[in-house]
Amino acid sequence: MVDRPDVALDDLYREVVMDHHRRPRGRAPLARVDATAHGFNPVCGDEVVISLALDGDRVTGAQVQGRGCAICTASGSMMAEMIPGHTAAEAEATAAAFRAVMHGAPAPGGTDLGDLEALEGVQKFAVRVKCAMLPWVTLTDALKAWRDGGNEATSTTEAQEAER
Amino acid sequence: MAGTASPVVALDPRALRARFPILRRQVHGHPLVYLDNAATTQKPDTVLAALASYYTTSNANVHRGVHTLAEEATALYERCRSRVAAFVNAPDARGVVIVRNATEAINLVARSWGATLGDGDEVLLSEMEHHSNLVPWIMLARERGVALRHVPITADGRLDMAALAALLSPRTRVVSLTAMSNVLGTINPIAEIAAAAHRVGAVMVVDGAQSVPHMPVDFQSLGADFLAFSAHKMYGPTGIGFLVARPELLEAMEPVSGGGEMIREVRLDFASWNDIPHKFEAGTPNIADAAAFPAALDLLEATGMPAVRAHERELVGYALERLRALGWLQLHGPLDADARGGLVSFVDPEIHPHDLAQVLDTRGIAVRAGHHCAQPLMRRLDVAATARASFGIYNDRDDVDALVDGLVAARAYFGLAGESHG
Repeated sequence: MVDRPDVALDDLYREVVMDHHRRPRGRAPLARVDATAHGFNPVCGDEVVISLALDGDRVTGAQVQGRGCAICTASGSMMAEMIPGHTAAEAEATAAAFRAVMHGAPAPGGTDLGDLEALEGVQKFAVRVKCAMLPWVTLTDALKAWRDGGNEATSTTEAQEAER
Repeated sequence: MAGTASPVVALDPRALRARFPILRRQVHGHPLVYLDNAATTQKPDTVLAALASYYTTSNANVHRGVHTLAEEATALYERCRSRVAAFVNAPDARGVVIVRNATEAINLVARSWGATLGDGDEVLLSEMEHHSNLVPWIMLARERGVALRHVPITADGRLDMAALAALLSPRTRVVSLTAMSNVLGTINPIAEIAAAAHRVGAVMVVDGAQSVPHMPVDFQSLGADFLAFSAHKMYGPTGIGFLVARPELLEAMEPVSGGGEMIREVRLDFASWNDIPHKFEAGTPNIADAAAFPAALDLLEATGMPAVRAHERELVGYALERLRALGWLQLHGPLDADARGGLVSFVDPEIHPHDLAQVLDTRGIAVRAGHHCAQPLMRRLDVAATARASFGIYNDRDDVDALVDGLVAARAYFGLAGESHG
């Protein structure tokens, strides 16, 4: 029989976190991809690719690929479950709220972090905060690229449609 | 050389351990098991005392002062240089440039020797290099149009020597390779490669960051032109490292950093350079750490580098055997302990190295998890990261056993089967 390691580990790897780690959600490919971004953690070499389907400014589907630790995988899995059905702005607000929590601040009033609350313990392990943030930083990048490039392309298409 | 070698007296890791105060501390309620020696080693009591003694009794600036303290500080600083020269059998202490670390030493070669290169010239590196022996050359390639070539590695993590021979040509101006991989542990046949490099007219740069601390290294018999290493990986202080070079090469090179100390004469619009090695040491150097480092060399010399190598060879052989017996780990690098230094990189296919290192940390075991500053090698091995245990003179079989128990415990923690097959 093996000794149970230090209980502090359980602050990091809570039940909900382990569940997302073992059975990550959002791995299936999307029928169409409107925004995508590749995130990389230079400290550890972990990689995440976020793909999003959007209908107007509403996220209709999310795929999370890549290779990362349990914390990174769980965080990405929670994201894939949480953001479909929400607007881009709402997804960005969740990313900002989660970042605040990871840096020891309280979540802004009214934000529901859902399963992400189980990652609260990560803040006690400074090096691991980046693991939890990687999918969310990548999501923010994907949405920014979509706004900068995608929005313009969409509006051009709409303008062309209007002229017909 | 073999004929003159005295018999190797085995080192006593327990006795050595007592010399390192930090190894008495606890981590998360467990005695510290320090297995991250390839990143940095711990410091013995004599190095700590020498650091304190320098600041307590002899602190002054070097090379420019007639007062007693300045004279003492200069003597201590220069003593470090001659001790380092003797330790690696450099032809001349004038060929030892004191820098911050091995990285800075390689950058100095790439910038200064590299300035003589141009379009059509090639620098030969390998797939197993640390970023410190990749990025300075990438910078050179961007600036000067030099082409970079890379020796591939074989399936068991050795340099592909046939490919190396095919890559060498009269266009090859520099061959820069690690003597011991910080990820695979592979010990490369540097003397053979240096001879081949010289046949095509190239200079041989050796990244000795991992080899110099862990095995006998003889600059002259290796046939090296440049050798880079860091004090902090050999029981010395951080912030000091060395570029050992053939003095005639340094004579022909331009300094890369200008300022005090490195000059002979300065007018408002003109400067001439000091003699080697001083022309490469602009500004006040790291005097305190230079004063303290010989205490680390004392320890290594008293122990004997053949004994250090024999100890770590035995330990890595034991570690390979126990880790293989677990049955679920992927081990990277040669499985033959004779071909590798005292470190093992491994991956549990079910547990990310970060999570593994986190579990081990709660048991007081310090290993490294990540890409080990070798991202191209990680890509070649098709892993995002590995965990790495690396040994020093104070480690013993108990430390390997603690690691193995920790790896089994991690499996249990993550709800995975972890029955030992051995």
